[in-house]
Amino acid sequence: MSSSEQYDAIVVGSGAGGGMATWRLAQAGLRVALVEAGPWYDPADDSQRTQFRYPWESPRRGASTRLRPFGDFNACIGGWELDGEPFTTAPDTDFMWWRARMLGGRTNHWGRISLRFGPLDFKRSDVDGLGDNWPIGYEDVKPYYDQVDKLIGVFGTNEGLPNDPDGYFLPPPKPRLHELYYIRGARKAGVPVYPSRLSILTKRINNDRGICVYCRQCSRACALHADFSSSMVLIYPAVATGRVDVFTNTMVRKVDTGADGRATGVSCIDRGNRRELRINGRSVVLAASACGSARILLNSISARHSSGLGNSSGHVGRYLHDSTGASRAAFLPELMDRDIYNEDGVGGMHVYTPWWLEGANLDFARGYHLEIGGGMGMPSYGFGFAANQYNEFLGQRVGGYGNGLRDDVRRFYGSRLSIACRGESVPQYGNYCELDPSVVDEWGIPVLRFNYRWTDQEINQARHMQDTMEELLEASGGILLGSKPGPERQYGLTQPGEIIHEVGTTRMGDDPATSVTNRYGQLHDADNVFVADAGTFVSQADKNPTWTILSLAWRTSDYIIEQMRQRNL
Amino acid sequence: MNMNRRETLKSLLLAPLAAGAAATAGCASGARVSWTELPREYSYGRTEAEQQRDRELFAESWFSEHELVTIAVLCDIILPSDHANGGALDAGLPDFVEFIVKDRENLKLPVRGGIAWLDSYAVNEFGADFVNIDEPQRLAICDRIAWTDVEDPVLRPGIRFFSLMRDLTLTGYYTTEQGLLDLGYQGNVANVWDGVPAEVLARHGLQYEPEWLDKCVDQSRRDIIATWDDEMNLTS
Repeated sequence: MSSSEQYDAIVVGSGAGGGMATWRLAQAGLRVALVEAGPWYDPADDSQRTQFRYPWESPRRGASTRLRPFGDFNACIGGWELDGEPFTTAPDTDFMWWRARMLGGRTNHWGRISLRFGPLDFKRSDVDGLGDNWPIGYEDVKPYYDQVDKLIGVFGTNEGLPNDPDGYFLPPPKPRLHELYYIRGARKAGVPVYPSRLSILTKRINNDRGICVYCRQCSRACALHADFSSSMVLIYPAVATGRVDVFTNTMVRKVDTGADGRATGVSCIDRGNRRELRINGRSVVLAASACGSARILLNSISARHSSGLGNSSGHVGRYLHDSTGASRAAFLPELMDRDIYNEDGVGGMHVYTPWWLEGANLDFARGYHLEIGGGMGMPSYGFGFAANQYNEFLGQRVGGYGNGLRDDVRRFYGSRLSIACRGESVPQYGNYCELDPSVVDEWGIPVLRFNYRWTDQEINQARHMQDTMEELLEASGGILLGSKPGPERQYGLTQPGEIIHEVGTTRMGDDPATSVTNRYGQLHDADNVFVADAGTFVSQADKNPTWTILSLAWRTSDYIIEQMRQRNL
Repeated sequence: MNMNRRETLKSLLLAPLAAGAAATAGCASGARVSWTELPREYSYGRTEAEQQRDRELFAESWFSEHELVTIAVLCDIILPSDHANGGALDAGLPDFVEFIVKDRENLKLPVRGGIAWLDSYAVNEFGADFVNIDEPQRLAICDRIAWTDVEDPVLRPGIRFFSLMRDLTLTGYYTTEQGLLDLGYQGNVANVWDGVPAEVLARHGLQYEPEWLDKCVDQSRRDIIATWDDEMNLTS
């Protein structure tokens, strides 16, 4: 079956990049086909709603499952493993890959942390001599960051920091009690701390979306549309233009190209009836996630593109990299026997610490930021485990039974403070994904095989993270929990892929021999094929990638519109 | 709060269930355990695959009735019902434990094996299965395995099992309406967060930094559409 219509643009994937491209292109008057591998989704639809559910509304009380690894009430349909869609790893690789299969993609589960990359983040090679610079700089992206701030909404504060740029922020919420303890500790340790920057509406931004009601459940998707996910903020308005056809449950296997090497459309499979479908268009925008888009390109083999579309350089899949991560927690005796009140707040931290040691003499390159956790959250599966373990610190016995346990549970409720670090790794040519020559998924598409190892840069950075977290937790009045991971556990460094910031597989550059796209996300090898996800990142800063994906996707879309206007496409 | 729960009682006779030759000896004949039955149908934004998985779990029989009664007796010891906010049996704990053990493969062996260890220990000490010895005997065993600092190699498996049952009981209880009431949980409702209450700040000897507060949202203006000047300053 073939679409009768010749679309101006076919957008593959409906996450941050695909949503933005769809919205911008439709707004400019183009006819768009949006192709999403999963179902339609709207958290305001009660049959899909998980927000404002009490724990007993789930038979497993919100425990994680293979189908919802972040918990039974999490909004994201997908996970680390998908039935019928495996991936493989090289023998020395422990790669994790989170895939969403739903409208809005992974914007349905992300932490809403929305940090602009700073001037240094685009030119890291100039700073430390490692890897490569981006072909563009902060000044190229800044106008788009500005527009994204105003369109989508993000709270934060202008602090005039050199590498954590100011923005058009909504005002932040006041810190919670455990965050005040962290602020005090950070001040004592001489580490800066600021209001966090999250794309949650603390103030009305337009008449279409609601305002935050402080339920702490952004991860369940907001029925009031008061935080950012691609579906509610970008795709619904795009569809409302009448110029977008959404193909849900439709999996793209490859980009089709003509004799001239240019794209003519995409070949897909309808996951519902397993029928092949061809969608025709005069441009293709890939936004299926860095690895998903690389896979589609590698599978788009033709006479003109014998090693895959856009891969004449052999760089598709190369320079795959993820953020580093490590975490630690402490028990705060001062938070025992708390007054109990509603302190849910927004769905994430109200305060954070950006990287503060730029230019310091350290045994690793590049930095990390600190995310603060704690508070009196809603109980779900796992609450009450090791209920009185902190008795150990009070010289009392751990364990027991009977009604006294109720007192223990109340005494220690909300007395935990945690820190998670998210850092920048150094992109490596030798870290990559490729098509596995011997495995296909249930749709007959060759699966990805991952090759990835951390270097000493990341391992040394994780050691520094552990020292920092101990210092700050103790300065905040905490008693450290668990043991400090040493070299045998790479200092608690997360696995590659685990932070779900994987980027770099189709990186941009001015030299077609060492990059896949130009500075606008346009393939060097086919001028009507674009990448609008994090694949184009030359380096992933210690910032969460979403705000940059959105800004670059808008920039790429403007470029497409302009090229079409000039009849170059 | 909306508690979608049937208030039917499930009753099981203790004595006839413990049919093992040695186990019947000291059975507490006629004793009954009953608990609030939990619903078996849920609706909270599930995909088709998830609904199918839950249907299969509810249909699956994993525990014998003897095991289920042992779980009920243990849950009741850990969080008894002689409390204003109810106990484990009022909160339907046996049904929850049964479901979650079926759902989480890594719990199956520890719970089954734990019950077997407990019965074996009870038979050796008091001549019958755990549920068929008398209550003082049961509590005597619990006193030996309830504390994690006991370093007796014979008791170690029992201590591990009791800790697991305590975890499951407390998590099962504190995720019910009674549990949230017992805890005093105040959240999961639409509200406008405007900082830590003043009296709480005072009690902790903390205060907001004035410069920080100046940057925070003025909740009286949250409904006014955001506008900015060209210098990135919020003007509304």
